[in-house]
Amino acid sequence: MIPLTYYVTLSAIVFFTGLVGVLIRRNIIIILLSVELMLNATNINFVAFSQSFHNIAGQVFVFFALTVAAAEVAVGLAIIIALHRAKNTINVDEFQLLKW
Amino acid sequence: MEHLFFFYFALVIAASSVLVVALRNPIYSALSLLIMFFHVAGLYVTLHAEFLAAVQVIVYAGAILVLYLFVVMLLNLKQDERYHRQWPVAAGIGSVLVLEALVLTVLKGRSPSTTPAVPETSAVGLGNTEALGDVLYSTYLFPFEVASLILLVAMIGAIILAKRDLGGESIQ
Repeated sequence: MIPLTYYVTLSAIVFFTGLVGVLIRRNIIIILLSVELMLNATNINFVAFSQSFHNIAGQVFVFFALTVAAAEVAVGLAIIIALHRAKNTINVDEFQLLKW
Repeated sequence: MEHLFFFYFALVIAASSVLVVALRNPIYSALSLLIMFFHVAGLYVTLHAEFLAAVQVIVYAGAILVLYLFVVMLLNLKQDERYHRQWPVAAGIGSVLVLEALVLTVLKGRSPSTTPAVPETSAVGLGNTEALGDVLYSTYLFPFEVASLILLVAMIGAIILAKRDLGGESIQ
């Protein structure tokens, strides 16, 4: 039996990798991929705790996280396409329409 | 044996997630995310969540990542400069947070386990898929319906956002 701590540590490493990716990359596609990393880290946590507490509800919540991830990808990529059409770049430093 | 599998999966997951952030070419990043998804699915199998492992491969690797690759190839990107100017600050904050999280987990892991004997909510003897469906369609029926609404909204939103012009007038 693998201790729960190992799963939580793995999930923390993946989550913070995604967080740093969101903060430091300028390519908006990589930023969305990093968000996927963070969602997967939470999913690992859900499944590990579900197994540890013998409660299947955690796996149901992974389902909902998956739904939200799918919706986020569809809308996010559509926004990226619209932005690329308008500005001809996907570098986030170029998108300053809301900056005063 | 169990530990061997766990450490293999954990090592590959951590390494490929670092590669997702570090690689310059978005296609390589997406492909290393694919490797990570497969290994997360393997981790789910070791956690006796077989149905979620299958869903992980089908939905994440099959649908979401293909969508990413389509968009990356559709946009025909130039090689951009890789990082923000403030990347040392972000990396510093990130590493401090990682350190804090590791310390917290290790300290909590040392303390005696207070895990109460939670009774099984799912019926014993059912497979993973049956148990999951049992809970999903009884206790979590309303969130399940809301999830379908979220998917519908995302579908309509994606079509409207990516459409070139909306009923004759331009979006821009």
